[in-house]
Amino acid sequence: MKRLIAVTTRDLRLAVRQGGATFLALVFFVLTVTLFPLGIGPEPTVLARVAPGVLWVAALLAAMLSLDRLFQADFEDGSLEQLALSGLPMGGMVFAKIVAHWLTTGLPLLLASPILAVLLNMNEEGFAALMLTMLIGTPALSLIGAIGAALTLTVRRGGVLLSLLVLPLYIPVLIFGVSAIDAAVHGLNAKPHLLLLGALTLACLPLCPWAASAAVKLSLE
Amino acid sequence: MSMHYFANPTRFTRLAGRIQPWAGGLSAVLLAVGLYLALVAAPADYQQGDTVRIMFVHVPSAWMAMFCYSFLAVASAVALIWKHPLADLAAKASAPIGAGFTFLALVTGSLWGKPMWGTWWVWDARLTSVLILLFLYLGYMALWQAIEDSQKAAKAAAVLALVGAVNVPIIKFSVDWWNTLHQPASVLRMDGPAIHPSMLWPLLIMALAFQAYFVALLLARIRMELNLRRIRALRLAERAS
Repeated sequence: MKRLIAVTTRDLRLAVRQGGATFLALVFFVLTVTLFPLGIGPEPTVLARVAPGVLWVAALLAAMLSLDRLFQADFEDGSLEQLALSGLPMGGMVFAKIVAHWLTTGLPLLLASPILAVLLNMNEEGFAALMLTMLIGTPALSLIGAIGAALTLTVRRGGVLLSLLVLPLYIPVLIFGVSAIDAAVHGLNAKPHLLLLGALTLACLPLCPWAASAAVKLSLE
Repeated sequence: MSMHYFANPTRFTRLAGRIQPWAGGLSAVLLAVGLYLALVAAPADYQQGDTVRIMFVHVPSAWMAMFCYSFLAVASAVALIWKHPLADLAAKASAPIGAGFTFLALVTGSLWGKPMWGTWWVWDARLTSVLILLFLYLGYMALWQAIEDSQKAAKAAAVLALVGAVNVPIIKFSVDWWNTLHQPASVLRMDGPAIHPSMLWPLLIMALAFQAYFVALLLARIRMELNLRRIRALRLAERAS
């Protein structure tokens, strides 16, 4: 356990010391959301209506774009191989890296989303639901994304391929996330949606690191 | 006879060569009978008129789209668990066929939707999930293409296929859920009166014809892959000598 935490802190330290790159996902998130009012017009009612969807789609894309950081750099400089040989269980090592990925992308997205929701004129009732869905849903994005990132490790310029692999798998997260916020905005009970989203994340928790570690092993062969 | 009896490519090719013309012939005969029954003999629907005949292509393609993905997932599981050398090839060979059927289901559905619903496309739960299925197929095929080492590509694609197979029911469920929230399913519900035998028979025959076609095409594609491998091996041997 201690060693797994060491992997996570190592990744976090790397992310912080690299500086800019970490927050690019966040900048991307803010920029994408900014594009929507420009694209569909500044009417507050329209923006309020589409706000949950826009925020979630932008979060999805931002999380996806940052996936290559998960394994790629470590794979290229050989430290992924070192980690694999270190005797740590592969699934645990992958999980530790996923935790670090979530802390550097999911968490900033979660913190930035209410500010953007204000800019999009989202109904106040939806704010708690927005934060909750982001809190429950973004870990699933990191978990599912890890599979795609691991599968495309050996592929040169795998970015587009990664999006083709990962985005269809993200759809359930998007649907439950947005419908929870929509329900809250319309004064309905958001709990069933949140529970389903939670079930999804919990199901991902054991399965995704397992599948991702199988894919990482493959690329190290 | 063990599971690995047909792992020998020569043995498999011989058997496949024997089955393939039969499957192809069966498919052609069934298709001829099915098309005659569907386009000529079956009555036009009292509401939909002749457009109902699109169903005889549309519904079997949609069934095949799902069947091919199940086949792909099972073959991938066999490849990962028992390392059966033909399972990889079977999975790889079935993907483009499945993608083709999925595409056909979408196109015929769209052509049917225009006269019936007055629009080419609706974000109905079924349509959406079939569209996502098409993306899953495309991702699977793209991954095969992207990784040069075919052994690694096979394993990576198999992992992806299994992840996809776990996800397909979840996606289906979530899309159903999403749709019922946003618009009540009323116009698009297909469960009208139970289907009459005069329409059911052509439908089943067409479905069987599609299935036989799948078998013939699958065998042909697996043999092609085997031959490609052999050619590669021969070329390498030639270079080496």
